[in-house]
Amino acid sequence: MRNVFLFIQRFFNLIFFLFLQVTALTMLFRYNKFHEAVFSGVANELAGRVNLRYNKVETYFTLQKENNALREQNARLLNMLKADYAWPDSSFRLISDTVKIDTLEQYRKFLYLPAKVISNAVNSQQNYIMLQRGSLQGVAPNMAVVGPDGVIGTVVNVSNNMSVVMSMLHRQTKIVAVLKKGSGFGEITWDGQDPRFVTLSKVPQTVTVAKGDTVVTSQFSDKYPPGHLIGYVETVEEDKVTSTYNLKVRTATNFHAVQHAFVVKNLQKAEMDELEKSLRKSQ
Amino acid sequence: MSDLLKNIIRFAIFILVQVFVLDKVPPLHRFITPYLYFLFLLWLPFRMPRVGLTLLGFLFGMTLDMFSKTPGLHAAACTLVAYIRPFLISLMMPKEKTEISYAEPSLTSMGWMPYSIYVLILSLLHNGYLVFLEWMQFGDVWYFFGKVLATTGISLLLIAVTELLFTRKSRYRTNLA
Repeated sequence: MRNVFLFIQRFFNLIFFLFLQVTALTMLFRYNKFHEAVFSGVANELAGRVNLRYNKVETYFTLQKENNALREQNARLLNMLKADYAWPDSSFRLISDTVKIDTLEQYRKFLYLPAKVISNAVNSQQNYIMLQRGSLQGVAPNMAVVGPDGVIGTVVNVSNNMSVVMSMLHRQTKIVAVLKKGSGFGEITWDGQDPRFVTLSKVPQTVTVAKGDTVVTSQFSDKYPPGHLIGYVETVEEDKVTSTYNLKVRTATNFHAVQHAFVVKNLQKAEMDELEKSLRKSQ
Repeated sequence: MSDLLKNIIRFAIFILVQVFVLDKVPPLHRFITPYLYFLFLLWLPFRMPRVGLTLLGFLFGMTLDMFSKTPGLHAAACTLVAYIRPFLISLMMPKEKTEISYAEPSLTSMGWMPYSIYVLILSLLHNGYLVFLEWMQFGDVWYFFGKVLATTGISLLLIAVTELLFTRKSRYRTNLA
């Protein structure tokens, strides 16, 4: 017994060092679990508060760009107003039935929650964005995040007033996407090299693809509302082994200057999950 | 200014500079990530107890991790740097004498050559370990070597600039102090 104590005394420094290393590595490799338990609560609020102050200054530098983006989005939305469409006055009339409107509400699938971006990164392999909107304001993990220009990422963690978004520029990104032309489903991933480009892989070669084609989110995603802009095809590359295309896609969102975002809540997700679970059970 | 107060201020400044200046620099190349923050650990006083040094390294890294949302990554690297530091110093220093007469490692207290080697080895260690942890999750061999070398180069450049801009007065510790 005495020898054990002597051993510990002699190698205390080494043991202490190894202990700290193991702690750090455990945190690193069990990122998600640990993050949810301890990190998100304390660290998000702490770092969030500092980030918020910094962001107040930083916002001014991209104000011009941001204004332009918002103006364009406004224009796009205004163009969708019903008042702008002239209905041919022929055989039918447009009647808004109040009962109908109320019942329509329960069929609403996606709800957009605006949020301000308070911290952002593009130069690591795993980029995260922090939003000033948390669980108290209706954000939950796994919700999609889109910006005025296009898709931004997915919520991975929330604290009371902040949430952390895994940006599309993350090694673990997987977004189901489709060419706007209507065919060519594939998967968006990021190779961690250039923050301007992502990759759309697994597109079957039966589809004709050209440079400049628009890539949007597909309607088969349970998070992303369909038809949201992801980017434009830059180069087309054949994968000879699987006979699919790998497309290099220029992102529509300029990740260097994201200031505002919308968290997208899928109101029917619970029902979808339930259905899927029952299917798995019955198998 | 007392050593404690001075180091507390340095702690905050190094973290803030790393998070809000260096991490915001638009990436030049995928190999290049500017790291300077660990200079804080290199500048700590000679007379710190080893256990305290290791623990401080861990806490320092963890603080940066809070901002970069990578719990454990920088903490692991910083702990390693803080742990190895005393060995290197005892190896590099022209024995006992200087350790008593100066408070912390610097160009004047250690001499040009030993200090440069001290900085070089610890930068290589820090960046090597950091990139290694990243590389274990994804990447290939060339990526690993390229990134370690490029990142260390940038780190050394930044450290050199810092040393030139902020010359520290290395107090000569007298018997009275």
